[in-house]
Amino acid sequence: MDFASVLVIEILGSIAILVLISIGLAVVFGMMKVINMAHGEFLMLGGYVAIYGTNHAGLNFWVSALILAPLVVGLVGLALEWLVIRHLYGRMIDTMLATWGISLALIGGMTMLVGNTTTGIPTPLPSVSIGDYSVSGYVIFLIVLALAVFAGLFCLFKLTTFGLQARATTQNADMVAALGGKPRRIYALTFGLGAALAGLGGAALAPLTGVIPTIGASYIAKAFITVISGGAAVIAGNLSASVLFGSVGQIFTYVYTPVIGEVALLVTAIVLIRILPQGITGRFFKRSI
Amino acid sequence: MTRVIQPALLFAALVLGLLAPGWLELFTIYEFTAYLIMAVLALSLAFVWGKGGIMCLGQAAFFGLGAYAWAVGAINFGPGLAALAISVAVPAAFAAVLGYFMFYGRINDIYIGVITLAVTLILFNLINSTSGPQYRIGSALLGGFNGMTGIPTLAWPNGMPLDPAEIFRLTVIVIVASIVAITLYLKTTPGKTAIAVRENEVRAELLGYNVAQSKLITFTLGGALAGLGGCLFANWGAFVSPTIFSLVQSAQIIIWVIVGGRGTLIGPILGCIALQWATTKLGTQQVVQVNLVLGLVLAFFVLVVPQGIVPMVTGLLRRNSRTGPKAEAEQNA
Amino acid sequence: MSGEIILQARGLGISFGGVDAVKAVDFELRQGELRCLIGPNGAGKTTFFRLLSGQYTPTRGAVTFRGKPLAGLKPWQIARLGIGIKTQVPSLFEGLSVQENIDMAARRRLRGKAVAAVVADVLDHIGLGDLRHRPCGELAHGQRQWVELGQMLAMKPAVALLDEPAAGMTHQESLRTVQIIRDITQHSAVIVVEHDMDFIRLIGDRVTVFERGAVIAEGSFTEISKDPQVRAAYLGRKENADA
Repeated sequence: MDFASVLVIEILGSIAILVLISIGLAVVFGMMKVINMAHGEFLMLGGYVAIYGTNHAGLNFWVSALILAPLVVGLVGLALEWLVIRHLYGRMIDTMLATWGISLALIGGMTMLVGNTTTGIPTPLPSVSIGDYSVSGYVIFLIVLALAVFAGLFCLFKLTTFGLQARATTQNADMVAALGGKPRRIYALTFGLGAALAGLGGAALAPLTGVIPTIGASYIAKAFITVISGGAAVIAGNLSASVLFGSVGQIFTYVYTPVIGEVALLVTAIVLIRILPQGITGRFFKRSI
Repeated sequence: MTRVIQPALLFAALVLGLLAPGWLELFTIYEFTAYLIMAVLALSLAFVWGKGGIMCLGQAAFFGLGAYAWAVGAINFGPGLAALAISVAVPAAFAAVLGYFMFYGRINDIYIGVITLAVTLILFNLINSTSGPQYRIGSALLGGFNGMTGIPTLAWPNGMPLDPAEIFRLTVIVIVASIVAITLYLKTTPGKTAIAVRENEVRAELLGYNVAQSKLITFTLGGALAGLGGCLFANWGAFVSPTIFSLVQSAQIIIWVIVGGRGTLIGPILGCIALQWATTKLGTQQVVQVNLVLGLVLAFFVLVVPQGIVPMVTGLLRRNSRTGPKAEAEQNA
Repeated sequence: MSGEIILQARGLGISFGGVDAVKAVDFELRQGELRCLIGPNGAGKTTFFRLLSGQYTPTRGAVTFRGKPLAGLKPWQIARLGIGIKTQVPSLFEGLSVQENIDMAARRRLRGKAVAAVVADVLDHIGLGDLRHRPCGELAHGQRQWVELGQMLAMKPAVALLDEPAAGMTHQESLRTVQIIRDITQHSAVIVVEHDMDFIRLIGDRVTVFERGAVIAEGSFTEISKDPQVRAAYLGRKENADA
C-alpha cells in the first residue's frame, strides 16, 4: 500500500515535471501557432536566474525561483519578440527557424558568460517518509506548483480582459483589430507569458538537474512531443498529453531505464499523431482552453 | 545557356576534386574531406526540404544512423560492400517507418519539423546511454557517450583500405554523382510529383497523385543519401560518437541550407563548406563562442535574406541580364 | 437522353448541426452531358458539388461513379477513377510555370512524348502559349482560371466538376471560358456550378436549379427561365434585387 502511494506520487511527479517543462511552449503554440525553438534556452535561463539569485544575490530560493526567474525570462522573451519575432508574423516556419537562431545564440552567449560546466543547488525541501519508503518533498512541491500553474492560467484566460482578447486573437486576429483590440500587443504579451512560464519551469527544475548552458536540449524533445500531441487547446491539451506521457514515461523508466522511458514516450507520440494528427484536443475536449 | 554551363561547371568541379589531393598537404586533405562529407548531408536536406518541401529538422538522425550502421556492419562483416549497403539501408528504412507515421497521418510542416528533431534528440540520449559491455550488436560495442573508435576503413576488394586521398576522391564522386542523380530524378514523373507536392498538395491530390506516398519516397531517398554521408564520415575519422545526433549538429545543417539557398542543390553545398571553414577558424580563437555566431547568422538570414545567397545572386544576375539589350530582343522575338 | 449514366446520386443529403444543407437529392449525369447547377447564394449548390466530388461525406444517400460508391475514397483515388475538379478559388502549383502545371495534369495518364504533345495542344486551346514559361503565381485571375481548366483538358477525366469557372471574369474572358468548357466536353461529361445567369445563358445546356437544398427544376435554359417556381425563387429574387 505504501509502495503503491509512492508509485502514484512518482507518476504524478513525472507528469508535473512534463507540465512545467512544456506549458510555456504550449501557451505560445496554442495562442500563436508558433513553435518557439528557444524554449529550451528559456528554461535554461530560468534555472540560472534561480541558482544565481540564491547563491550569489543572497535571495531566498523560493523568491528567486518563483518570482525573479519568471520575471527576468519573461522580459527576455518580450525583448526577443520585439527584436525578432514581430517581424515574422504570418511566416510560421521562418519564425520557428529564427527562434532556433536565438536558441543557438543563447547557448553560445551563456557558455561565454558562465562556462560549459554544470552548476547545482541543493534540493530545498527534505524527503517525506511514507511507511518504509521515502519520497522527495520537492517532488510533492512540483506537483502542487504544476496545479497552481494550471489554475493560474485558467483564471487568466477565463477571467481577465487579456485572456478574453488572447483567445479572441487566436480565433480571428483581424476581427479583434477591427473591434479596436491590438493583436500585435496580445501576441507580444503571449510570447512574454510563455517565456515567463518557461523561466518558472526551468527554475523549479534546477534543484533536480543542475544547470548547464546546453541543458535546453535535454528538455526540448519532451516539451515538443507533449505540446504537439496535446493539440491546440493550451490547458486541456497540455494536461491530457502530460498525463499520458508522464505515466508512460514513468512506467517504462521504472521497469527499464529513463532512456527507455524517453523512447517509449517518443514511440507513443509518433503512433498518436498517426491516429490523431491534430493532437488529442483536435479530437477530444475541443471546446476547452 | 544554363543547359551547357551547369554540366560544364559540374564536370570541372569533378576534375578539380579528383586532382586536388595531388597538390594538397595531408592535413588539408583530411580537413576538406570532412567539409565535403558534411556537404553530402547538406545536399540530402537540399533535396528533402528544398525540392520536396518537407521541413526535416532532424536530418542528422539519418547521417548518424548511417555512421553507426557502417561501424557495426564493418566490425561484424568487414569493411566491404555489405557494410556499405547496411549503412545506407538502415537509415533509409528508419526514414521510411518514421515517414509512414508522419505523412499518412497528414500532419503539417511544423509538426514534421518538431517530430524529426525530437527523434534525433532522443536517439542522442538513447545512444548516449549504451555504455557497457551489454550494449553490443554482434561483436561491435556501441560505447555510449564515448562513441565507437577504431572503425575499419572501407577496403578495396584486395583488402587494402582506402587512403585519405582516396576517401577525398570518393567523397567528391559521391557529391557529383548525387547532384546528377537528383537532377535526373527531378525530370522523371516521381521527381516532378515531389516538386508539385511541395507547391500545392491539394492540387496534386485532385490530379490523382498520392501525396503521402510521394513524400514518403522523397523522405526515404533523402534519408538514404544522408546515411551514405554518415558512412563516409565514419570512414573518414574511424570514429563516431553520439554528438552526431546533437541539437547543435542538427541546427548547423539547417543553417547551411538556409544560408546557401533552400531551393537549389549547389547553394547548401557551398553554404556548408564555407560555414564549416569559418566555424573551424572561429573555433581556434577563445573570444567569441561559435554557437553565438551561428545563431546570429541563422536569425539574420531568416530576417533579411530568407531565400539564401545562391538564389539571391542568380536572381540579381538574371535581372541584370533581363534588362540588357539582348534579353529585350529575346523577349520581343 | 442518350449515353450511359456515369455519375449518380440517390437520396443524397447532408446536415450541418441539425440543418439540412442538402435534402434528399436524386441526380444523374450521363456520358457527354454538359450540366449547369444554378441557384441563389445559400441554395446548397456548392455543398451539393462537394458531396458529388467526394469532398464532403454525405449523412444520407450515396454518390456512385459508374456504379461504384465514392464513400471512403481519398481525393487522389477519386481523381484516378476519373473525376476532375476545378475548385472555386484557383488552386495551382504557384511556383511552377503554366506549362509545368498542364504537364502535371497530363502526366498522370500518359508517358513520354505523348505528354508534350498534349501540353502543347492544351496551351493552344487555353490561349496561354506565349506565357507558357511564366510562373502561375504571376498570372492574372482570369488566366489562372484558364490554367485550371487547361488541367481538366489535359487530365481528360470522365467527369469534370467546375466550380464557378467564370468568377471574376470580364464578358470577353467569359466568352473564351465558354469555348474552353466546350472543348472539355469533347472528352468529359461536365458539371458547371454558377450563380451568374448570363454565363449560364452562354453555355445554354441542361440546367438544374437548386433552392433550399433541393432541386426545384430541371430542363433547358428556356424551360427553366419560364418555370414560375424558378422565377419566384431565383430570377424573381434577382430582379427584385436589381430593381
